[in-house]
Formats: sequence, structure tokens, C-alpha cells
Amino acid sequence: MSNPTTRVPSLAGVAARAGQPAVDQPPKIEADRLNFFYGDSRALQDISVRIQPNVVTAFIGPSGCGKSTFLRTLNRMNDIIPGTRVDGRVLIDGTDVYGAGIDVVALRQRVGMVFQKSNPFPKSIFENVAYGLRINGLAGSRSDLEGRVEQSLQHAALWDEVKDRLHDSALAMSGGQQQRLCIARALAVQPDILLMDEPASALDPIATQRIEELIYSLKNTYTIVIVTHNMQQAARVSDYTAFFWLGRLVEYDRTDKIFTNPGEKLTEDYVTGRFG
Amino acid sequence: MTQTTLKGGPTSARRQLMDLAFQGLALLVLCIALVALGALIADIWSDGASRLSWNFLTGFPSRRAEDAGVWHALTGSVFVILVTGLLAVPIGVAAAIYLEEYGGRSFAARIIEMNITNLAAVPSIIYGLLGLGLFVRALGMGRSVLAGASTLALLVLPVVILSTREALRAVPPSIREGSYALGATKWQTVWYQVLPVAFPGILTGTILALSRAIGETAPLITIGALTFVAFAPDSIWSPFTVLPIQIFNWVSRPQRDFQVNAAAGILVLLALLLTMNAAAIWLRDRYQKKLA
Repeated sequence: MSNPTTRVPSLAGVAARAGQPAVDQPPKIEADRLNFFYGDSRALQDISVRIQPNVVTAFIGPSGCGKSTFLRTLNRMNDIIPGTRVDGRVLIDGTDVYGAGIDVVALRQRVGMVFQKSNPFPKSIFENVAYGLRINGLAGSRSDLEGRVEQSLQHAALWDEVKDRLHDSALAMSGGQQQRLCIARALAVQPDILLMDEPASALDPIATQRIEELIYSLKNTYTIVIVTHNMQQAARVSDYTAFFWLGRLVEYDRTDKIFTNPGEKLTEDYVTGRFG
Repeated sequence: MTQTTLKGGPTSARRQLMDLAFQGLALLVLCIALVALGALIADIWSDGASRLSWNFLTGFPSRRAEDAGVWHALTGSVFVILVTGLLAVPIGVAAAIYLEEYGGRSFAARIIEMNITNLAAVPSIIYGLLGLGLFVRALGMGRSVLAGASTLALLVLPVVILSTREALRAVPPSIREGSYALGATKWQTVWYQVLPVAFPGILTGTILALSRAIGETAPLITIGALTFVAFAPDSIWSPFTVLPIQIFNWVSRPQRDFQVNAAAGILVLLALLLTMNAAAIWLRDRYQKKLA
């Protein structure tokens, strides 16, 4: 705990503290006393956290604890929900994404997102991946486009399964394949951060395992933040874990520490399954 | 303690009786509607089928009922409805996109929305008066196809807007989110993802609106569409007539033979309507198959 700069106000009876893992390089993502409001209700309370580049960070906590809301503040996806308000800062590579002059469209290209329910566009597999490349002007020629689509599908470990039916509808694929297609689609536009909102919660164990292997293989290239309800999953895939409770960040530390020797009683109760 | 058996008790029998009764009632109501429609069509068919022929379709008005045809009115109807569609669909769809995707919940958007809903209920003859004042006189279009189509476009615009909004609203939010998350702008999201998904719904609404327009008589009479023309319209500036007006004209004549012509004209109008609807359904199904 070399850098305990920020503190979360105490919870009832719990001296909650957001531990900051050791820092040896500037953080990729940093939240600074971030508050988020749906109308009058405060969904996030003074969240401060530093996320390192090229690691997998898991957000855990019971339903409604704010972990998904926080994830969606990182690429400003909450902007499209009317009646919401943000207070505080989110820095990506040191730039406040809520600051003046920020191009949300460019932000979302750099901070990709995969959703809980796979949401392929009702088009062909090829078009699903090509769409992001086209709208962002990333592909020069048709062959360049095809090459990038193939590369993205390969990165998402989907190429071998779909290479012979690229022009079939994406909706004809299995749930796990659809979710990997959504990952391929996100990778195609060359983000450096990948946000995943319970990417495997609707999938069977085999498909889940493939997603987890994929996350593992992607972390050298991308900074990955994953929201999960599944604590075994958090323990398996992540390097760091943040535990959210009632809109607060209770504890943030190395995953092995969170699961074996958490600093807070509340975290221990949660990861051992005493509530939630 | 009551034991639930698989055979069911007295209450269960009563509930099932109610169920059957409602099923029967619904079927009865449906039959009444269908029988009424069937009787109308059968009546028209028995009156007019004898007059249907190639000469009737390609003929022009005549003093002698048996020589008269509907070519001028049929082409007039098709021409007017095409121009109506070309005017109403782009404007209506664009307006709906604005209201649904950009307008948000601003005060202005809500006022506009309320007005559109009210406009959809305004009697068509009022649109005729507006068309007469605005298109025929103020804009100097005269009694042309363009003036008629513009009037009908105004008439169906609220319906197109409302049905397009419904179709846009039915597009799952997850598709919009997926697009935004890739760095798409609002317009890219609407154009590449939302509109294609909403297209079948927009098409259905549009065709219903145009089906209404093709049967309209009052507004076109108001703007002065001719009741007797001996030529097919050849440009948007041509004077014109349409099938309903021609039918109205024939019905109002005392001679029995012209009544037969009116019935045959109604059959032609019905066939045109059914063709339009069938084309729309075919297009929609083809498109939905492509999406799935």
C-alpha cells in the first residue's frame, strides 16, 4: 500500500478504505472522487481508484452496488441515459474524459465495451466487425478491411469457427460465439481499454471458459476492466479486484489478497458468500 | 382441506366454460365483421364484374357507359400516390427521426408531438381547404397532380411520423449501445443500425398511410381535381382525376349503366389497394429474412 492517497468515507461501523495497489507506472484509468446521479439518487459515492495498464481488473459486488454504473462512466456510456449527472473526474492517460473539449466518439473508440447481453447487429458476421472499422475510417481498401476483420476475429478466437460463413447472419451463431463476435467487433477499432460488463453471465460453463481464456490472452495488449457477479470468475481472470457496496468502493487490491486476506470485514463477508 | 385433483372441480368447469364462451364471442364478432365485408365485396362484384375488361381498364370517360373506362383515373391515382409517397415518406421519416432520436424531451418536442397526434385526427376536407389555399393558389401549382399529391402528403404525414416513431422505438436499445460503444456518432448509429432494423415497421406504417390516401376523395375535390378528364396525366403539372372521384362521378349519375361502371371502378380501386399492400408485405418479409 505505497500510495494510500484517497480515502472513502466510513461506512456504518466499517472503516472502509480504498486500498491503492503499488504503483510503478502512471495509471491507465484513474477516477477521482467520482459521484454519479440518476435523477436525485446517488448511485456512486466518491469513487477514487487507479487502474494500471495491461492488467485485468474485476469489479465485484452485489446487484445495484454501482459496479456497472461505474464501468459505464469510463467510456461515458451513461451519457445516453437521460437525467443522469456526473460529478468528479475520470482520467484516461491523465486526460479528464468529462473535461471540456472531449470528443465522446473518439473516447469510445479508445475505450471499447462488451455488454452483458451479447448484442450483435442484425447483419452478417463480417459486417458486424467491419462496421466499426468503416465508421471510424480505419480501413483503406477492401482488402485492408478484410484483413482487419480477419485479424479481429482471430484475436477473439472466433476466426476458425466462422471463416467459412462470414456472410451469414450473426444472429444464427450460438450465444458464446455472439459474445466473442462482440469482443472481436470491439477489438477491431483498436481500443486500448476494454470494458466488459458481465460478459459471460448469460453463457454456459464451456462458453464462459472460452471467454475467460480470451480475456487472459488479451491482457498483454489491452487494459481490461470486467464487471462480474461470479466471484470464482473474478478470482480466475483478474489481477486486481475492486469490491463495491451500496455505491461505494469498499476495497481495491490485488485479487489474491481480496480473496484470501481482505482488509475489510465487509469484503470478507461478501467473498465468502455470507451475503450478496 | 381441499384436494386438487387432475380432473378438476366445479369451479374449474365454470372457468373453462367462461373461457369457451369468450372464445365463441370473439369468433362471432370477427365473423360479423368479415361477413359484412364479404357481403359488400360480393355485392360490388355481382354489380360490376360484368363490366371489367381490358377496354374498361384502358378506356377513357365517355357519354356511353359501356364505352367508358378508367385509364385516366387509374393512372391519375397511381401518379398522385407515387408523388404523395415521394413527398410524405422522406419528410415524415426525417421528422420522426428528429423527434425520436434528437428531440429528446424538450418542451418544443413535446408541443410538436402533441400537434402531430392532433393533426392525425383532423378531417381530410380541412386538408383540402389548406391545399386549395396554399398549393393551388398561394404557390400557384394550379389544379395539378403536384397540388393534389402535396395535399395528400400533408394528410398522411402525421400517420407516417407516428408509425415511424413507433418503429424506431421498437429497435432494441442494445443495438444503439453497441453502435455508440464502437465510437459511432448519433447519425451513424441511426443511419447504419437503427433505420435498417426499423425499416419493415416504417414500411408497414407508410403503406397504411398511402392506402388511406389512395381512397381519399374529399380533399382532392376541394382543391379542384377534375371530375371529367379525357386524358392520362403526363407530368406533375397536369390536371388529373383519381379513381374515387371517377367512382363518385359515376355513382351520382341517374343511368343504371353508370352504376355498373362505378362498381367496376371500385373493383379496380380495391385491386390497386391490394396490390400495393401485397407489394409492401412482400418487401417487408424479404427484408426481415435478410436480417434474421
